[in-house]
Amino acid sequence: MQSIAAAPHIFWAILFIILPLIIVVFYAFTDANGKFSFSNIASLPSYASIFLLSLELSVIATAICLLLGYPLAYIIAKSNPRNQKIFIMLLMLPMWTNLLIRTYSIMAILDNGGILNTLLNTSMHIVGTKGAVIFGMVYDFLPYMVLPIYTCISKIDKNMWEAASDLGCNTFTTLTKVIIPLSRSGIISGVTMVLVPSISTFYISQKLGGGTFELIGDTIERQFVTGALNVGAAISLVMMVLIIISLTVMNKFGDPDDGGIIV
Amino acid sequence: MIKRLLCIATLLSLVFSFVSCKSKDDEKNATKRVEDMSYSYKSGEVITLNVYNWGEYISDGSEGSDDVNAMFEEYFNRELSAKYGGIKIKVEYSTYANNEDMYSKLKNSAVSYDVIIPSDYMIEKMKNEGMLYSFDTSSLSNYGNILEQFKNENAYYDPDNCYSVPYTYGMVGIIYNKTIVSPEDVKDKSWSLLWNEKYAGNILQFNNPRDALATAMYWKGLYVNTTDTKVWDEAYELLKQQKPLLQGYVNDEIFNKMQSESAAVAPYYVGDFLIMSEEEENLAFYYPKEGSNYFVDAMCIPTCSSNPHLAKEYINFMISEDAAVANATYIGYASPNSAVINSEDYKAAMDEYAYEGENGEGAYELLYNYMPDEVNKEYNAKFPKITSPACYRSFDADTQAHVNTLWENLKISGSTELWVHITSVLIVVSVVAYASYSIYIKKKRSKFYRNRDKVNKKA
Repeated sequence: MQSIAAAPHIFWAILFIILPLIIVVFYAFTDANGKFSFSNIASLPSYASIFLLSLELSVIATAICLLLGYPLAYIIAKSNPRNQKIFIMLLMLPMWTNLLIRTYSIMAILDNGGILNTLLNTSMHIVGTKGAVIFGMVYDFLPYMVLPIYTCISKIDKNMWEAASDLGCNTFTTLTKVIIPLSRSGIISGVTMVLVPSISTFYISQKLGGGTFELIGDTIERQFVTGALNVGAAISLVMMVLIIISLTVMNKFGDPDDGGIIV
Repeated sequence: MIKRLLCIATLLSLVFSFVSCKSKDDEKNATKRVEDMSYSYKSGEVITLNVYNWGEYISDGSEGSDDVNAMFEEYFNRELSAKYGGIKIKVEYSTYANNEDMYSKLKNSAVSYDVIIPSDYMIEKMKNEGMLYSFDTSSLSNYGNILEQFKNENAYYDPDNCYSVPYTYGMVGIIYNKTIVSPEDVKDKSWSLLWNEKYAGNILQFNNPRDALATAMYWKGLYVNTTDTKVWDEAYELLKQQKPLLQGYVNDEIFNKMQSESAAVAPYYVGDFLIMSEEEENLAFYYPKEGSNYFVDAMCIPTCSSNPHLAKEYINFMISEDAAVANATYIGYASPNSAVINSEDYKAAMDEYAYEGENGEGAYELLYNYMPDEVNKEYNAKFPKITSPACYRSFDADTQAHVNTLWENLKISGSTELWVHITSVLIVVSVVAYASYSIYIKKKRSKFYRNRDKVNKKA
């Protein structure tokens, strides 16, 4: 009985998770004629600088998200329950608009002749810089950082806070010695949920980066558009492997009692 | 166990069917004629006709224009339905950003389109790869509308007139903003404006290899269809020099960027310039004196079409006076259709453009009075043996691969500012430091408790 209920899920997983993975691996290790070849993998070192840039920009964006998101999550979790709901809804509100549209609007706002420059009557050059791409990543992915941390902090037993102050902690030491260590699993899932989409994004860098530099997502997209499916598959495969490695390393820092969320 | 084996078997067979699909591609290079094919439709059936075109490239009913696709449905259901056994037709219209996108979609996915509108060199390429149906263009009742200068040997991409019917034509030129670019920099009407360091950060470039490399090639008088890889490398070096000056490589974003004065200089099509100039009156345009690309976009029937006969009817309708005038008015590109050129409505619509060139010429003159042979005189003279050298032609596979590699290198080249490296290294170092510190504290604590337990036990 149980297996019948699970059948649709297994079917789904095979069709949309396992099979695409097999196809990616297949393409990565064949040439355009379908013969086995390592040439795609061998061509990857020329993309090393792009891999590095994507990694660097997404690390910076994740760090900014964490610095902005943690205090925000803390403040929301500490506020009274009725306000919490409103704050969370406000946080989610921008996500009701599609990510592509939000990014396109940021471009219209920050562009040389855009709304910001017109209002301030300046000629700041923002779009086309790495800073604009980082800004776009932070803006688009910040809710993914705040939500898991907020959930984690609000689940911490109230007695913990009281015990900390009974034992002589002020607000700051309560935060550093009790709350942050206890919300570590929230931080790790927040970091994962920001880092992974940032590394592989292509729309944000295309629009806000102006197309003069590329992230790995753009490179992969271009491979598929120009029909170089095999190289595109190889880059995707390597990226997946890199993400798995970085997640594994990250989970090593996580508390083993909480259990890693991924891997 | 059996279940698991079944699973694996299904997976494998799926993968293999995938592989075998691929190898079939090469076998169908023989051309198929639409007229040799039969059709059978049931009365009352609703047939969907899939049309695949460039973005912003048809009169679609917006801004008070005529909806050409709806006009076709109405016309077909009224006049032609009986000829095809009483069917009804419905047009499903979708768009692509450039020739290469369209080509890779048709080549790599199992899609079915009945009418596509590629550019000249892409028609040649698809024709050579057997991706187009041939059909008897002279059997189209409106084919006489097409001007002679777009037929036979003048249609360098399809000299037998059997794969395509011209839709629009035009040339690439340079669009600039008069308030930002100073007059002495545009005085000599040269491609060099795109390399002018004065406008660094304000210049846009095509986001596809062929058009981008060609800007450098026209400038330096290099042949745009050359098979000599050294010549391509030369153009590539120029683009590499240009890259630091660019605001970006763009496709359709150019409309927003030029209209909002976010960028000052860009190479683009004359028809699109007219549309942009409606929104932003400070824009001006010139055809570079070194020569520029002349192109024809034409309607074709790809072999993935399931209703090629109906596609023919669609094409025939699109070159009829009503539809062609509506399209030419809406999209602003020059029309190869005599019914359009002679239409009073069309002339009146063209007069409504606010555009005025330096010699007082209006939109109509900008589109039709600059003959490509005139504009490209200097360029053509460099290649006396080649007819219309400024037009793109289809490449052989090796040249195509070389061009793609150059484009790949151009796109992935670039320097990263130092602050990106420093900041990210600092972040990683501080995370590692914090992690090791907390591990150290944890060890220290557990040691402390262990010692305490020992002491307690002894006591």
